[in-house]
Amino acid sequence: MRITCPLCGARDRREFTYYGASVYADRPAEGAAPEVWDDYLHLRDNPAGEITDLWYHELGCSAWIEVTRNTVTHAISATRLLADRATPTKKGARS
Amino acid sequence: MASLIEKSACDGLLPRVAGGTVLSELPAARVTSVAPFAGKTRALGAALKEMGLGWPKPGEAVGTEGASILWSGRDQAFLIGADPAPLSGLAALSDQGDGWARMQLKGPEAEAALARLVPLDLRLSEFGIGQVARSGLNHMMMLIARTSETGFDIMVFRSMAASAVHEIGTALDAVAARGRLTS
Repeated sequence: MRITCPLCGARDRREFTYYGASVYADRPAEGAAPEVWDDYLHLRDNPAGEITDLWYHELGCSAWIEVTRNTVTHAISATRLLADRATPTKKGARS
Repeated sequence: MASLIEKSACDGLLPRVAGGTVLSELPAARVTSVAPFAGKTRALGAALKEMGLGWPKPGEAVGTEGASILWSGRDQAFLIGADPAPLSGLAALSDQGDGWARMQLKGPEAEAALARLVPLDLRLSEFGIGQVARSGLNHMMMLIARTSETGFDIMVFRSMAASAVHEIGTALDAVAARGRLTS
C-alpha cells in the first residue's frame, strides 16, 4: 500500500501511522452536550465504500493527512493535508 | 564549572570505508530549525534571499557557499551553517545543532547501500542533486539530501548515531560481498 503525501509524494505505508476516521478532527465545541462527546469519542460509521481517514506521516514530513479510500476496492481516491481543510465543524455548540 | 569533553555525534564511529564508498561525519555546523510564523512566509523568503538562500519548496534544498537551508517537514526547514539572526521575528527558530548526527555517504555503492534501508527511489534520475526527503533509514527518522552524483548527506537523531552507522555499515558490507560474488 502506498499513500500519496501532498508534500512528499507517493510513499510506502511504513512511513505512516493510522489514526482512524477523520471525524476525530472535528472536536465538539466547548460546553457541548455529553451525548455529542459520546458520539465524537465512541461512535463511528462502518461503511462498505468510501471513507475518510486520518494518517500521520510520522517517518516523513510530520503532516496530518486526510485520506479518502474505499473499503471495498481498497482504492485511495484522494489525499490532502488536514491543515488545508476549511475550518473544522464544531458540533453541538451551545450558542 | 565542570570541565566537559567536547565530542561530535559520531565520535569514534566514523569514518567507515567499504571499497570506494565512504561513510564519514560532516564537519560540525550550526543547525537551526526554521518554522515560519503565520503569514510571514513571504517576508521570511525575502530575508533568506538577502542571505543568498531562499525558502525551500517541499523536497528541496537551497544552498550557497558554506550555508544551506533544507526543507525538513511541513512548514519547517533546517538552516545549516549560517547565523539565523536575520530571520528573527519571522519564524520560530530553535537550535538543533547538538540534536542531530550529520554524515555523508559518498561513493559508487552509496545508492545500492541505501536501497537496502530506505523506502525511496534514490537513483539520480528520480532523486537529483539538490533534492531532500524526510523518510526512514530502516526504523529511524532521517533527513536525506543528495549533494552530488554519488553523494548523500544524511541526518538522524543524535541518539541514533551508532545505530545509523551500524545499519549503513552493514548494508555497505553486504553490497561489497555481493559485488565479490558476481564479479
